[in-house]
Formats: sequence, C-alpha cells, structure tokens
Amino acid sequence: MLCRDAVERLSAFVDDELDPVASREVSQHVESCESCAAALASQRELGETLRRDLEYHRTPDLLRSRLMRELRASEPREGARTRQGIAAWRWLSAAAALVVVAGGTWGLATLRSGDQAIAREVVSGHIRSLMADHLADVASTDQHTVKPWFSGKLDFSPPVTDFAAADYPLVGGRLDYLQGHPVAALVYMHRKHVINVFVWPKAGEREAMAPAATERGYHLIHAEHSGMTYWVVSDLNAQELTAFARMVLS
Amino acid sequence: MTLERTPESARPPRRLSAEQRERFEAQVLPHLDAAHNLARYLLRDPHEAEEAVQNAFLRAMGYFEGLRGSDGRAWLLSIVRNVCYTHFRRRRSGGEKVEFDEEIHSAEPEVPEPEADLERSLAVASVREGLDRLAIEFREVLVLRELEGLSYKEIAHVIHVPIGTVMSRLARGRKQLLLALGAAVKEGA
Repeated sequence: MLCRDAVERLSAFVDDELDPVASREVSQHVESCESCAAALASQRELGETLRRDLEYHRTPDLLRSRLMRELRASEPREGARTRQGIAAWRWLSAAAALVVVAGGTWGLATLRSGDQAIAREVVSGHIRSLMADHLADVASTDQHTVKPWFSGKLDFSPPVTDFAAADYPLVGGRLDYLQGHPVAALVYMHRKHVINVFVWPKAGEREAMAPAATERGYHLIHAEHSGMTYWVVSDLNAQELTAFARMVLS
Repeated sequence: MTLERTPESARPPRRLSAEQRERFEAQVLPHLDAAHNLARYLLRDPHEAEEAVQNAFLRAMGYFEGLRGSDGRAWLLSIVRNVCYTHFRRRRSGGEKVEFDEEIHSAEPEVPEPEADLERSLAVASVREGLDRLAIEFREVLVLRELEGLSYKEIAHVIHVPIGTVMSRLARGRKQLLLALGAAVKEGA
C-alpha cells in the first residue's frame, strides 16, 4: 500500500470502519512507515483531545421541563389528570411483564411498587449530581483510592472496579442518600455521558437484573447481586447501559 | 422563544395517545441531550440551540407515527439537524450577518474546494475553536462520531448521505482540524 492510500484511510482506520482487508493493509503499512505511523498517532490524539476537551451540552433543565409539559399537554384531555403521575411507571411494569414472558438467562426482577419509588429517587439523585457540580466527593480513577474512601462513612464496603479498558472509566465516588439511608454512588463516564451506580447492601441471595427502564428521559437498570442492590442510571442509550451493568455485576 | 414565530411549529403538535406517549418517552426522550448537544454545536448559539431543540421536539411528536423500528436516536437527531439547517437559511434570508460563507453553501450541502479549506485553516488555540471554524458538514460528522459515538452507518442515516461520504467528510474534517491546531503550535513557538 502506498503512503497516499494509507493516509487517506487513517481516519476510518482509527474509527474501526475499514473492511478487514483494507484494515490489515493499513496496519501493515504503518508498521514499516514512520511518517504514516506518526500521522496515525496524531489522528488518535486528535480523537482523544476532542472527546476530552469538547463540552457535552446537556439539555438545560428549564427546556427539559418545558418539553415535558408539551408532551403531557399532548395527551387527550380526558383522564389526563389521573394518568400524569403514573404513565412512566405503567411503562415500567409493562416492560417487566414482557420480560417475565420472554424469560432469559438472568433471573429477572420485576419492578415492584416499592422499587418504583426508589427508581424515582435514583433518577433525582442522578440529576442532582449533574446539576450541583457535585459529581464526586472523591475524584479518582483509582479503584484502590475510591473503595477505601467509603470505609468509615458507610457500614458496608461497596465493590469498586474501574472499567477504563472497556471505555467506561471510573471517575470517582460520592455519598448519597436514598430511602433514608446513606448509600455509595460510584461515578463512571462513557464518552461524555455520566453514569451513576448506586449501591447498598440487601438481605437475601437473589441474583437478578431488570431490563432498562426509562424515567424522565434517563435510563435505569436495577439489579441484585452478591448481597448488594444496584441502581445504574444514565442518559446513555439502553443498550450500552445494559452492557455496562453486566460488567459491573460480573 | 415564542413558538408561533417559527414555521416548523406552525403545525400544532399532534395529540399522542397514552400508548404513543409511553413509546415516545421510551424511544425518543432519552436522546434529548444528544439532540441539544448537536444543535448547540451546529448553531453555536445557546438560545438558537434551545429554540431548535424545542421545534424539533414538537415536530418529533407530530411525526412520531413515522418512526418505524427502534432507532429513536438517529431519527430525533435527523429532525434536529433539519431544523438547524432551516435556522441557517433563515439567518441568510433574514439578512442577519453570517459569519462564514460555508454556512450558506451547507444549507444545501455542497462540498467546498479543498484549497479553499486550507486557506481558511487559521491558527486556533483549542479544538473547540478549531471545530467551531469548520464548515457545518464537517462539524456535524465530528460531533456525531466523537461525542455520540455513532457508527458511520448511523451517521449516514442521520445526515442522509452515503457511508462513503461520511467517511470522506470525517477524514477531511480531521485533516483541517489537525492543520489548524498545528498552525497554532507553530505560531506559539
């Protein structure tokens, strides 16, 4: 492969969007060509800089609530009042019911009414962490810093793992308060999306993961694993959030 | 931010049934931040971005029946992008000062001459500034790729061009950014 052809393909190579043959040709070429190897390095660096330095402009809260009002106003007037508070939760129970029918490899939990109240608190906790610029009490990408930080603050030790290798780096931890108890909040990033993982102990041996549910535009996943209860919440799409939750629980 | 002013929202939002609204909340609403982020980078103005997102949201409600399959993200992003392009046309017809010529061309996307791009690659202090100076057709693919992590196929779906065009625009956008950033380094030295 000529340098000219290789350079043209570097951008798609970095994105892993070349077909296997072209991809192999490019990687063989950069191994033996110093200047193309340097060009590849600057392509990679550019991507990292963009993802690190560009601000992710979330929807301002005022706009979000205005749009939610529009959405509610779009419902037929009749019965709108009674439906308002429960529509989102009807979706949750519908999703849960579906999973019971579909089955699967996980012992799947259904969101019970108690869980629905927790889910609402979880989403509020997530939004609060984004709004107040108070994402982490301990800002560290090192699991061996974050985990000990919780000792003395909680009467349990949450499992803390960094998933930077899979592009879900740990960015810190925080104490939060759910259901009247202090809980551990672990903060991860994926691209520019913040993921909060709320963890606290739970009696029982149940191993379960509920499918991604939606509340106020956020996705959340509830799971129980090794004597802990987990709530994973983010604006990340449901598919990636589910993949992430599986890593957390593995 | 009055809704009546904009032609996109002249059509009153369709009333969604309870079932449709639940589907809308599950398939479209989670991508509101992605929509706002794209609008913000395309329009480079916070107020215009909010207006565009609001218009796009109402359109999405109105055309929700048209969403087949489950890719609510590409669908919503595509609507937001259309609304943003309409804003550009309005800037032009409204006689507002347009900062860069390429915005006019990109209202009906058109690939500028590479030589012209190179001449415009002035030194920039940051990637943000560099990105803001790129023509809109390069800006949008870079935001969709780097900040949303969309595949080429998904980007093609959002901006209605073949995958090969996505590939070449990303390559050219990155080349221009690297040149601009490189110039900054040289000047600073």
